Amino acid sequence: MGNHVLDSTYIDFYKEKGKYSGLFSWIFSTDHKRIGIMYLIGMVIFFLVGMTLGFLMKLEMLTKGQTIVDAQTYNAFFTLHGIIMIFLFIIPGIPAAFGNFFLPIQIGAKDVAFPRLNLLSWWLYIIGGLLAIFSLFLAGGPIDTGWTFYVPYSIRTTTNVIIPLLAAFILGFSSILTGLNFVTTVHRLRAPGMTFFKMPLFIWALYSTAWIQVVATPVVGITIVLVIVERLFGVGLFDPALGGDPVLFQHLFWIYSHPAVYIMILPAMGVVSEIIPTFAKRTIFGYKAIAFSSLAIAFIGYFVWAHHMFTSGMSEAARFVFSLLTFLVAIPSGVKVFNWVATLYKGSIYPAVPLLYVMAFIFLFSIGGLTGLVLGSLATNIHVHDTYFVVAHFHYVMFGGTAMILFAALHYWFPKMFGKMYNEKTAKVALALIFIGFNTMYFTMFILGYQGMPRRYWSYLPEYTALHHISTLGSWILVAGLLLMFYNLLMGLLKGEKAPMNPWGGTTLEWTVPSPPPLENFETIPTITHEPYHHTYEEEKA
Amino acid sequence: MSEAIQSNIPEQAAQSASHAQHVHRDDFGAKIGMWLFLFTELLLFGGLFIIYMAYRQEYSDAFHLAAKELNMTIGTINTIILLTSSLTMALSIAALQRYKITLSLYLLTATILLAFGFMVNKYFEWTAKFSHGIYPGSEELTAKSSGEIVFFGLYYTMTGLHGLHVLIGIVILSFMFVFILRKSITPTNYIKLENSGLYWHLVDLIWIFLFPLFYLIH
Amino acid sequence: MSQEQHTAHKHQVGYGTYVLIWLVLLSLTVTTVAVSGINLGNFILFTALLIALVKSILVVNVFMHIKFDEPIFKVFLGVAIMTLLAVFILISFDVFFR
Repeated sequence: MGNHVLDSTYIDFYKEKGKYSGLFSWIFSTDHKRIGIMYLIGMVIFFLVGMTLGFLMKLEMLTKGQTIVDAQTYNAFFTLHGIIMIFLFIIPGIPAAFGNFFLPIQIGAKDVAFPRLNLLSWWLYIIGGLLAIFSLFLAGGPIDTGWTFYVPYSIRTTTNVIIPLLAAFILGFSSILTGLNFVTTVHRLRAPGMTFFKMPLFIWALYSTAWIQVVATPVVGITIVLVIVERLFGVGLFDPALGGDPVLFQHLFWIYSHPAVYIMILPAMGVVSEIIPTFAKRTIFGYKAIAFSSLAIAFIGYFVWAHHMFTSGMSEAARFVFSLLTFLVAIPSGVKVFNWVATLYKGSIYPAVPLLYVMAFIFLFSIGGLTGLVLGSLATNIHVHDTYFVVAHFHYVMFGGTAMILFAALHYWFPKMFGKMYNEKTAKVALALIFIGFNTMYFTMFILGYQGMPRRYWSYLPEYTALHHISTLGSWILVAGLLLMFYNLLMGLLKGEKAPMNPWGGTTLEWTVPSPPPLENFETIPTITHEPYHHTYEEEKA
Repeated sequence: MSEAIQSNIPEQAAQSASHAQHVHRDDFGAKIGMWLFLFTELLLFGGLFIIYMAYRQEYSDAFHLAAKELNMTIGTINTIILLTSSLTMALSIAALQRYKITLSLYLLTATILLAFGFMVNKYFEWTAKFSHGIYPGSEELTAKSSGEIVFFGLYYTMTGLHGLHVLIGIVILSFMFVFILRKSITPTNYIKLENSGLYWHLVDLIWIFLFPLFYLIH
Repeated sequence: MSQEQHTAHKHQVGYGTYVLIWLVLLSLTVTTVAVSGINLGNFILFTALLIALVKSILVVNVFMHIKFDEPIFKVFLGVAIMTLLAVFILISFDVFFR
């Protein structure tokens, strides 16, 4: 099966000559692989900006008074850190970079269903990002509402709200179009023989995510529009002075923003389901269970949003219902973790860098998930809501979860995307630094939060000082690890060894095409005859 | 899924045969994409309807009071206009399917004109209210009760967003008119017209719900 | 078969069917306006929404052709509507019980 390229006479997609040359051959390209790489570049840049903001925030928290910036600037910092990390890094995230590059290849197609719409998605991403940056320099100063822009403050603040919100609206459109594209692509462009249950689990994950992108994003779209309209015209829909209900804003906001976290984590879980079979040399345990659990998470994820609002003044009935549903959504995630561990059991484990990142993920995401239950339970929520406990929780799941797998995906698919290998030893050192720094920085935040340290505070009581010091130290180790990781990958890109077609022994379709792939991915579209994680090790064992 | 194999092979064959620069034709896929887009509109307006539900529950008396300002006759006429425009839209596609190009163009024009009629009515409705001092931020409105302020906030936002969609629809349908003239839409290749029709029917659907919720509260 | 041939053989709704549906829609509109004048209290909202729902079903099935298209479109629409409905129901737990 697959394409056997005889020698290097094929032309990889970087060298393919199209209508345009130079920069234009990239920014006007409708090739899903180029679009994926352009997203990756944008996301890495925005991640580094967001990371720098985070680094500066931790520096400020070294002392209880002003360390490097005043309170107003600190408010702008955490707002921007959130906006950049969430809207410009993690939500586009794995789907935009790796989904774009690998979805068509893994289903045996030449591109997505709507290549031009795909390019538009990228353009909207860039325009949204630039608009957000541009807003920092407008009169009024950078937005200081927090990335959640709750009313009434977001209506009252004199800082610039409308432009960054407009940027978020445009980014939402980018996300919607990607989702629309991926759903259609999965339905229409699978290779002959690839039934839904012969698709790789990464595709199941992308498919479930794409549905959330299409159905949930418009709700934050209308919320954004309403805040802008409120600021411009004072319609009274969210302004309590005119009869509006701020809790209603919170509902509308979280109806999107909770499913959004599943947009973040589902693709990551899909990547884990790719990496584990490859490095355990075994087929995945419970393929159908994992596939259905992706759909289940996407589905139930719509019904839990108000667990962000337990202390907001909702009715008792609402609090009860949402807490109950929140406990339910943990179940399909648990199914996945059990199946992954079962896949590793008695496998032939090759502890390469991608698998090590996955191991780190399982540890970190489990902590994040379990602390989510503390937050989901009404009584304990009152104690830890709006404290550092929440901050630690979401960094464990978003950073220790999704971002770690984004890095895993980067190390897993690097040879395929760029045709080069990176230095494995350096990569492992970087991971060690990241892991140690991450836990030092964020675990202390659980304790700080439990002890009562509120989030988004520029100053604090003296009793919190020691833990803040430890947490900031952790941030330095973490940043060192991240910079080393990126540096190592950059060196691999510039000077790395040429990568073979299948360095890891993977069995999905991307490992049957050259590294990097040619323009249309396949010389001839393959015909699929068996399941995706078909490892010979098992045949040999039998 | 043999259906998938049958429907996929022609697509893959078309893809293999053509250079990457040519966009392969997939009407079924285009329709799927359009419906997915319609779902985003459903959820966009859905958010507004959720807000309506919450505030009608909270301010039911004020809503009844404020709704008296609205003109039920214009509202009903506008409803009939949009329903008729949906008819002419559907007939336009039916005519094209039967190779009656000129009839199709007339019906499409009728749809556009009806849409214009809707917007003209809307213009008169809104300006009449403005002249009575009922608009967000006005002295008159701010002096009213919270519930009435919220009612009009919802009224302007929801009918305003809907009106914007009518305008966009007029633009889209005008493009389709040109496409038919230039034969990039033909009786064997009219997915663009069908998808535009889907959009237009959605605009009608939204109004079908807006109408009773704003104009028929007595 | 090519896209062109496939398009030529697609199901076509007759002009008459469209006009008939339109007449039904108009009469439902007249009904809903007439009924709104009767004092039924809270029941009026339910009736108005019910009539709107019937109108929508006609528009979606016939004008938007979903009745005659492949089942996948009905499934998709079902998913979207169920999600919206679930959100409405869940938010009601708050706004109706404050």
